[in-house]
Amino acid sequence: MTDNKSKDDERIADLIDQNLKMVYSDLVQEQLPDRFKDLLDVLKAQDAEQKGNS
Amino acid sequence: MSEDPRNELVEHLPALRAFALSLTRNGATADDMVQDTVVKAWTNIDKFKPGTKMRAWLFTILRNTYYSSRRKLNREVADVDGVFTATLSVKPEHDGRMQLSDFKQAFELLPDEQREALILVGASGFSYEEAADMCGVAVGTVKSRANRGRAKLTELLHLDEEGPMELTDRATMAVISGAGTVPQ
Repeated sequence: MTDNKSKDDERIADLIDQNLKMVYSDLVQEQLPDRFKDLLDVLKAQDAEQKGNS
Repeated sequence: MSEDPRNELVEHLPALRAFALSLTRNGATADDMVQDTVVKAWTNIDKFKPGTKMRAWLFTILRNTYYSSRRKLNREVADVDGVFTATLSVKPEHDGRMQLSDFKQAFELLPDEQREALILVGASGFSYEEAADMCGVAVGTVKSRANRGRAKLTELLHLDEEGPMELTDRATMAVISGAGTVPQ
C-alpha cells in the first residue's frame, strides 16, 4: 500500500510539473509587447547621450 | 573589451514576462513589473556578477519589486484580471490529460509563495538551491512551499480521489475499468 501511495504521489507530482511546464511555455511564447524593445532603445540612447556629455 | 552584459537583457524578456504573469496574474501589473525590472537591471548592471545566471538575477529583481509593492499596498489578495487563464492555447485534451484551463484556474488560487516556488523549480528549470537563493530563504522552505503547492493543486483538481479517473477521459475510463487493470 505504501508503495502504491508513493507511486501515486510521484505520478501526481509529475503530472503537475508537466502542466506547469505547459502553462509556463505558453506564457514565454506570447508576443512580447513593443514597449520593452522601445524601453531598451531609450535606455541605450540615454547612455549614449551621457557619454557624449562627459 | 568584454561585451556589455546589458546586451543580454533582451534574451530574457520573454521568460521574465512569463514569470511576472504567473506571479501577478495581471497583464498590466506584470508588464509594469517587467519594465521596472529592466530599468533597475540596466542602471544597476555593475551589481550583476559576470558568470552567474542573468535570468536568476532578473527574476530576483522582479520578485523583490513585486513583494515590496505588495507590502506597500498591504494586501495579500492581488488584483487578478484573468489574463493568466485567458492566454492560451486552450485545446481540448484528447489524450486523456486534465484540461490545462482547469489546471490554470487552480494554479491561480495558490498563495504567491507557492506559485512562485512551483514556477521556479517546476517549470523554469531552476534548482531548489537556485530558487532558495533567489527567494532569500532556505532550500527546505522552497521545498515545503512547492510541496504545499502541489498538495493544494492535488486537492483542488481531485487528482488523488479517484485515482486515474481524473487523468483520463470518460471513454478511456470505461475501457480501463472493463479491462480491470490500470495501465501505468
